[in-house]
Amino acid sequence: MKKELIELRVNSRTHELAVQPDALLLDVLRQELGLTGSKRACDDSSCGACTLQVDGVPMLACTMLAASYQGCEITTVEGIADQGGLAALQKAYGAFGGSQCGYCTPGFMMTVRGLLTSNPDPTEEEIRGALSSNLCRCTGYSQMYQAIRAVIEAEKKSQEPAMAGGQHD
Amino acid sequence: MTEYSVIGKSIAMVDAAGKTTGSGKYADDFNLPGMLVGKILHSPYPHALIKHIDTRRARELDGVVAVVTGEDAPNQYGILPVGHDETALAVGKVRYVGDNVACVAAISEAIAEKALELIEVEYEPLPAYFDPEQSVKAEHDLIHENRPNNMEKDYHHIFGDPEKGFAEADYVAEARYIANEVTHAAMEPHCTLASFEIDPQTGKQGRLTVWSSTQVPYYLQHKLSLVLDLPMSQIRVIKPLVGGGFGGKSEIIPLEIIAAVAARAANVPVKITYTREEVFWAHRGRPRTIIDLKTGVKKDGRITAVACKVIQDGGAYCSYGVVTILYSGALLGALYDIPNIRYDGYRVLTNKPACGAMRGHGTVNVRFAFESQMDEIAAKIGLDPAALRLVNLLKPPAITVNGLRVLSYGLPQCIDQVITRSGWNGRRGKLPKGRGLGMACSHYVSGAANSIIRSEMPHSTVNIKIDRDGGVVVYTGAAEIGQGSDTMTAQIAAEVLGCSLSRVKVIAADTDLTPIDLGAYSSRVTFMAGNATLRAAEAVKKDIISAAAQRIGCLAEEVVMSGDRVWKRGAEPGEPESAVARGHVDGQILRGSVLQSRKEESPKTHLSFEEAVVAAIDLHGGLTGTGSYAPPMEARGGQHKGAGVGPSPAYSYSAQVAEVSVDEETGVVTVHKIWAAHDCGRALNPVAVEGQVIGSVWMGLGQALQEEMIWKDGLMMNPGLLEYRSPSSVESPEIECIIVESIDPEGPFGAKEAGEGSLAATIPAISNAIYDAVGIRLREVPFSPERVLAALRAKKGLKRIAMTQGVDPTGPTTFREQGGALWYRGKGPERHAEDPARVGGGR
Repeated sequence: MKKELIELRVNSRTHELAVQPDALLLDVLRQELGLTGSKRACDDSSCGACTLQVDGVPMLACTMLAASYQGCEITTVEGIADQGGLAALQKAYGAFGGSQCGYCTPGFMMTVRGLLTSNPDPTEEEIRGALSSNLCRCTGYSQMYQAIRAVIEAEKKSQEPAMAGGQHD
Repeated sequence: MTEYSVIGKSIAMVDAAGKTTGSGKYADDFNLPGMLVGKILHSPYPHALIKHIDTRRARELDGVVAVVTGEDAPNQYGILPVGHDETALAVGKVRYVGDNVACVAAISEAIAEKALELIEVEYEPLPAYFDPEQSVKAEHDLIHENRPNNMEKDYHHIFGDPEKGFAEADYVAEARYIANEVTHAAMEPHCTLASFEIDPQTGKQGRLTVWSSTQVPYYLQHKLSLVLDLPMSQIRVIKPLVGGGFGGKSEIIPLEIIAAVAARAANVPVKITYTREEVFWAHRGRPRTIIDLKTGVKKDGRITAVACKVIQDGGAYCSYGVVTILYSGALLGALYDIPNIRYDGYRVLTNKPACGAMRGHGTVNVRFAFESQMDEIAAKIGLDPAALRLVNLLKPPAITVNGLRVLSYGLPQCIDQVITRSGWNGRRGKLPKGRGLGMACSHYVSGAANSIIRSEMPHSTVNIKIDRDGGVVVYTGAAEIGQGSDTMTAQIAAEVLGCSLSRVKVIAADTDLTPIDLGAYSSRVTFMAGNATLRAAEAVKKDIISAAAQRIGCLAEEVVMSGDRVWKRGAEPGEPESAVARGHVDGQILRGSVLQSRKEESPKTHLSFEEAVVAAIDLHGGLTGTGSYAPPMEARGGQHKGAGVGPSPAYSYSAQVAEVSVDEETGVVTVHKIWAAHDCGRALNPVAVEGQVIGSVWMGLGQALQEEMIWKDGLMMNPGLLEYRSPSSVESPEIECIIVESIDPEGPFGAKEAGEGSLAATIPAISNAIYDAVGIRLREVPFSPERVLAALRAKKGLKRIAMTQGVDPTGPTTFREQGGALWYRGKGPERHAEDPARVGGGR
């Protein structure tokens, strides 16, 4: 199989790459671009460790063909830090023990980020539902909920003054 | 009470940012120039002779650099000195479906996979053994020629006088319990990258460096040395971040050796990463265990004797098997006061992937049986299950009848806590129909008091170096695998030295840099590496204090180090801010204390940490310290055969209550909440302790309800993360962790085990809750809907529903019908004429 030239936009940067038509997005990110944050763990899209966002939607890179995602905005875990510092979710995962061995953590970051973008104030049920796409073998998920809750609460607090100011319309 | 500044505070792991940003590197994230991809050819037969291997066509494929087979590295190894029965690749014989036959190193994964297809192997199938009770009857075609009747090891222990104990009992309970096979399924698939350097003197292949996902870097260095005939000094093992172990990386996994053998043949670096399916074949998990348990009690509930027979389905190699079967017997002791014990343990070989150590090593399945039987006894003699446990407590300090020393013992407080928090007394037996509460307890070692390789070597050694910049570098061989080893090390060093945590840098698990530590297994790290860190830090502190005392002009005993400052006790810690607190340096540290003292005529009353460090280096010519830890002789156990396994310097304790409901129509069990109290001595980092306890309970929950390796003729039917049903977030209940601190007299700051002990109590707590809910006693794990429903119908006198009625009995029984890639590729196992699986009506 001959390689073909494709353009991938990853974390707001465009890369021109020569890849096999059957190359998986996960392999291209990890091997061609050195973005090893997305992990391979199950091979068959059952664990979520390779979760990234395509145009804001969480997807599983281990079963996606790289060549099919030209013209999309791909965001990996390397692209979510807050101007060189930890994003609130990353900080909270550390503080509350949401990450132990850390192998599943990048996938969870992307899944939770996707959840909070589409639903900034999810119920406990909705959080559990969203997280069920990813497997973790260390934490039993409990401390992840605490971390996610803390992020949501902090976000709500920071919104309060703005909301109070905009109440009259 | 002593006030600590770093110890006992909940802090983020020192490596947390690398994990949440994806910048942390695991073995598979490393690449070297010219590196090849290694792929392994696995056996499609459970038991067969290899008559001939032809690798010629594979070698000739463009892009293939090397093909290796068993002949390339025939030296035997194994994690236990008594169990050297493995070779890097099969020599003459394969012993399980998935056994390693050959390895191809090629420039791409696709080419390597294609080359595997070109290797021609001529097998002669042998009868295979899958059931341990059948396997022991084998007289010919043994799995290992030097193991008659396929018996890896059997032990027969008698402590006290069990016969007399049973005679004195008012009630004796007896039953068979079965726990099916489970595996670690750590999220990171095993990966090893091996690279040889060229020796500048000889111009030939020289030192080997290996990056590997391992819990035991030093054992890996040792076994590589055995197999490759290379001195240990010529091998460097580096453990990067490890994506979960749970025991699955606590011994040498075939790919770790194979990668090095392939790299030697190819003369370039080779990386092998297992597919998820290969991880299941590599296995080394918790064996299927058959437990025949008999317990005698007096009317008041006092245990008079216990007799326990354990049969473990060990798989095709010894692995940790001898230790597992010993743990199963030894840890009948040290939880309750049992005066008389009889133990018969059988570790049997079968033609399946080898079982090894898994979280709660050897204790979990027997604990399920024991705690279930306690519940049965309580119901029979009309005692509350909690009360039954409370009358059987140990009275520490104690030496148990089988020679285990118990000092700190937080079990009573654990039981008390879960009773209170769960509302046990008011709610048990009074919940609506179909809902119930169950209780169970467990315990575990804080590291083994005797190492696998018997020697006088310390179990852990730690070096500390402090330079003029005031940076504290701790060199430890302890393996961080996500449990918080590095964070614990940094905390202890910072606490002893009275400096901020950000000053401490931990260099861990690199055999060239760090002194020997046995590794991350049997929950030994905090206790042993923690104590070694404590001692190393104290050694350095002594030097700093003697120099500081000179500068301040006081006695060494009067010097206090805390909060990045050093001062004379009683005086104000005062002014001098450390560089860390200030956020910048002023150049003073390189000029040294001579200039400083010249500048300031009178002696100082207080120093910053950097000033004290500089004074100490100027005085002593350097600032390094070493500490090591070996368990005390008193904690090393008795003299009987097999006494080496079980003794520990300290034991953790756990008590749990589970609340469940059972759907009587479907047999589905839902766990609503688990209260888990764990005695960890002292919680050095409470958020991490909670994470360990919750994680253990959760893993126990998985084994209790849904995890099970399903076998058909030696072929695993569910080798994927979707089919091996590890609980997802929707199946995971709230787990309330209650930390009990018994402050162990020998643990670092009183700390002991936290990462494994809670697992064992969860399974029986759930089983006992099911009994409370619907009155059925389940004696086989997992409590799947089929088993629950069968028990419910049996209780009502109804006929068992034949779930597989009309289904071809020889057909696959699970969702993944092809049973993994081997089957799928048309290489499904063919059976020998005398194969027991065939005699039973198979193909």
